[in-house]
Amino acid sequence: MADSVGRQVDSINHATEEDEKKHEIIGAKGEGKELTKEEKQRLRKEKKQHKKNKKDDRGPPEKEKEKEKASVPAPSKPATQSPAHKAAPVPVNASASESPVAAEKPAKSKAELRAERRARQDSERASKQGKKEGGQQSTSSKPKATPNELQPVVKRLPDHVQVDDPVALKKLAKKLERQQVPLRSDYGYKVSLFSHLHQYSRKNPPTQQISIPVTVIHPSIVRLGLQYSQGIIAGSNARSVALLHAFKQVIQDYSTPPNEELSRDLVNKLSPYISFLSQCRPLSASMGNAIKYIKKEISNIPSQCKEEEAKRILQECIDSYINEKIILASEAISKYAIEKISDGDVILVYGCSSLVNHILCEAFEKQRKFRVIVVDSRPRLEGREALRRLVKKGIRCTYVLISALSYILPEVSKVFLGAHALLANGYVMSRVGTSQIALVAKAYNVPVLVCCETYKFCERVQTDSFVSNELDDPDDLIVTRNGKTHLENWQTVKSLGLLNLVYDVTPPDFVDLVITDLGMIPCTSVPVVLRVKNVDQ
Amino acid sequence: MELQAVLMAAGGGSRMMDLTYNTPKPLLPVGNRPLIWYPLNLLERVGFEEVIVITTKEVQKALSADHRLKTDVKMRLDVVCIQEEADMGTADALRHIQQKIKTDILVVSCDLITDVALHEVVDLFRAHSATLSMLMSKVHEFTETVPGQKGKKKAGEQRDFVGVDVTGKRLLFMANEADLDEGLVFRKSIMRKHPRMLIKTGLLDAHLYCLKRSVVDFLVHNKSVTSIRGELVPYLVRKQFSKSLNSQNETEDSEKNQKQQDLLSTSKDEALLQLARERSCWNDHRGDMSEAYHGGKLRCYVHIMEEGMCYRVNTLAAYIEANRVVPKLFEDPPIHPGALVSERSLVGSDSIIGPLCQISDRTSIKRSNVGMSTTIKEKVKITNSIIMNGVIIEEGCNIQGSVICNNAVIGRGADIKYCLVGSGQHVEPEGENKIMFGNNNLDISDLFVYTMIVY
Repeated sequence: MADSVGRQVDSINHATEEDEKKHEIIGAKGEGKELTKEEKQRLRKEKKQHKKNKKDDRGPPEKEKEKEKASVPAPSKPATQSPAHKAAPVPVNASASESPVAAEKPAKSKAELRAERRARQDSERASKQGKKEGGQQSTSSKPKATPNELQPVVKRLPDHVQVDDPVALKKLAKKLERQQVPLRSDYGYKVSLFSHLHQYSRKNPPTQQISIPVTVIHPSIVRLGLQYSQGIIAGSNARSVALLHAFKQVIQDYSTPPNEELSRDLVNKLSPYISFLSQCRPLSASMGNAIKYIKKEISNIPSQCKEEEAKRILQECIDSYINEKIILASEAISKYAIEKISDGDVILVYGCSSLVNHILCEAFEKQRKFRVIVVDSRPRLEGREALRRLVKKGIRCTYVLISALSYILPEVSKVFLGAHALLANGYVMSRVGTSQIALVAKAYNVPVLVCCETYKFCERVQTDSFVSNELDDPDDLIVTRNGKTHLENWQTVKSLGLLNLVYDVTPPDFVDLVITDLGMIPCTSVPVVLRVKNVDQ
Repeated sequence: MELQAVLMAAGGGSRMMDLTYNTPKPLLPVGNRPLIWYPLNLLERVGFEEVIVITTKEVQKALSADHRLKTDVKMRLDVVCIQEEADMGTADALRHIQQKIKTDILVVSCDLITDVALHEVVDLFRAHSATLSMLMSKVHEFTETVPGQKGKKKAGEQRDFVGVDVTGKRLLFMANEADLDEGLVFRKSIMRKHPRMLIKTGLLDAHLYCLKRSVVDFLVHNKSVTSIRGELVPYLVRKQFSKSLNSQNETEDSEKNQKQQDLLSTSKDEALLQLARERSCWNDHRGDMSEAYHGGKLRCYVHIMEEGMCYRVNTLAAYIEANRVVPKLFEDPPIHPGALVSERSLVGSDSIIGPLCQISDRTSIKRSNVGMSTTIKEKVKITNSIIMNGVIIEEGCNIQGSVICNNAVIGRGADIKYCLVGSGQHVEPEGENKIMFGNNNLDISDLFVYTMIVY
């Protein structure tokens, strides 16, 4: 919003036109501020483009022709002709289509406005086609205008999946430099299919270049980043809770500078912190949703609110978010899931999902008779932790590695899986190996139940595990047995690459049921839930 | 603010009285800079902007008078003076400045010269929310001959036994040979929680500690603890495994105080942190049924430096070794521009000359450090020696493997080999005292007795 403030100065000339446009839109839609801000931005962008192209191809006569067109009709016309003005690169037919529309100005309806806007967006997209855009995620940062209208938004690739593009890298470096966040360099040879992702090493911590009494970044954020990069806080829920806890501390220590508003300044303060955290470890979908929520809450703070009051409100918001979305959600999910666990069941779990462990512990407390098979995989070997927690509770467990999966599946009656995120096309993103479990379970006709809270639902769409993933430290794959480490000098072998993937996606055909706090839904209903969520917000 | 730096510069240098009976230890020149400059430089390089320096009045006066120090060190030094006669231990000093301490602290000793990447120590402190995080280094053998020492290092040196866990980061056990009667005694609780422990003896404690704020509060309540290294650190290491549910007693008291100060939200935050830990699938050990850190709230960590330089200048041998190694580190020109070096003299490339020196013709200086404002006349041969500030060396002297302290005067033609000439002493010109000392302990002590009486 900072540059919009700046640009308001330039747009004073077009103020009248835009005001009128604004009034119309407000009259037509009754929507309010959000829409007009977007509109203003789009208008400004078009204006800029128009100016650029004006010098290249537009001669004076054509411009005059358009101006004539604009001057002739009714006084309300100039407002609508300015979009035609700005859509200069578009051939004349666009403006022609808009002028008959403009002629019916007084009797304007929603449909006409929508058509206008679509035409403008088409022209925008046409002009932007040649340029390659790398930048921030537009999907997460741009708020949805209305839930009913799915406006075509220009989607930009997030820069954490554009590591092999030097332009995007340079942009990222510049951004980090501006925010005074150190850039973490990639490590080791990357397998070519995944060269578009970052690969960091634990031996180069992100705190190497930060001064020791940290000044730019809040100490609790630095601590959090360290804990992420070293894997001390791992798991989608744990990371979100720790993130919100750190934000609480940041908010507590925050003080508004003299001429700023808390609602704007605090959001700006959080951006370098988020960049730092994504340098330590790429953000998870749950963290992304939590950050979106916080930013929305902060910008909704009324400006006349006192600082202490605002801080208290924000702390309460965070507490209620954690309570609702994580704690109570897991209670609700346990309740539903326990209905599905019957006596004599043999349940298979994979890795260490906090939610699935919670469900099993609750079921055990409710005197269900079942036993658990814990499947584990290298290099993380998280199953050991799950095994420890279940055995400590008193549940009978078996432990196998994933390579023994097909041997053990004939014994299994149900598979419970946790999820890192649920994508908008129904795919389940989870720890690498989950899709294998689901596949083999399907082959043996064993029902697969995925347990996931709704705050992990993500608007991203992915059909394979390559596009967006995370590469962990390749040195984790090195193991020493009998005193010998064969992969010690893997970097010297030119053709050898170590790949340590973290996530993979499971298609919805292999998943039989998704248990969420809203109930038990099939995998394909995820977009519905997302839509319902947006309406609520 | 995250960390406050505290520099302990009030120590006496009791293990090298020959050097420090006149000059306080923080002001001893090493590589032509006062010893205190090195930890200050380390803190500055890492990004500290303010340091609390605890020292004596003498040192404070000297620091404020030293212009070079003022220009080199850009941090703000908050000097706290304590009485020398009060014989305060390091923990007493922390108690003394308790009012100034608002956050966690990084305590550094003034005699530490190191090039460690300090973020390694502090990262352990941050990531594991440790109560104590310290730095240790592998001991390197000293190669230089030390005046007054017979042959190899005497075996009377008290060893430190340090026990770490398999990862090499968690500190489980610390004891000094002096405190033990016959053997090492381990608690069963440690063995149960950490069945694999590595015991190391060849480690040098760098006296660099990151301590939580609650430890300072604990010191305030327990006035019997005087020294950080001697009492506090072993106590904290032992307390990690004490049966009384770890977080009880001292730390809880201090937490209570903190809770009174902070808002009630602290307890809610603690609950959140606990929730995050529960949901996280990480454990620092495996093989038993306990959660991460065995549920203990008090944790001590150590970073052991394998490579790199780490010296504690608290003995004569360390002092000489440091003088030898340090000039190679810094990119200062070996011959200070302010020195007047005659063209017909021979100054070796591994020697350094301080400012305002005067070196006359036909003088040869090899592998030596010459301090500030020193005058060296003609035909002098200096090899493998350390010459401090303000020394006057007359013609024809031959100095080998020696340490000449501040403001000494070496008479004409004196021949000094492997000696230590005390501060402000005069060595008679040749003819009378052709001092040729070898590693002869008796003569050295005679010399010192002589100098002390004269002084």
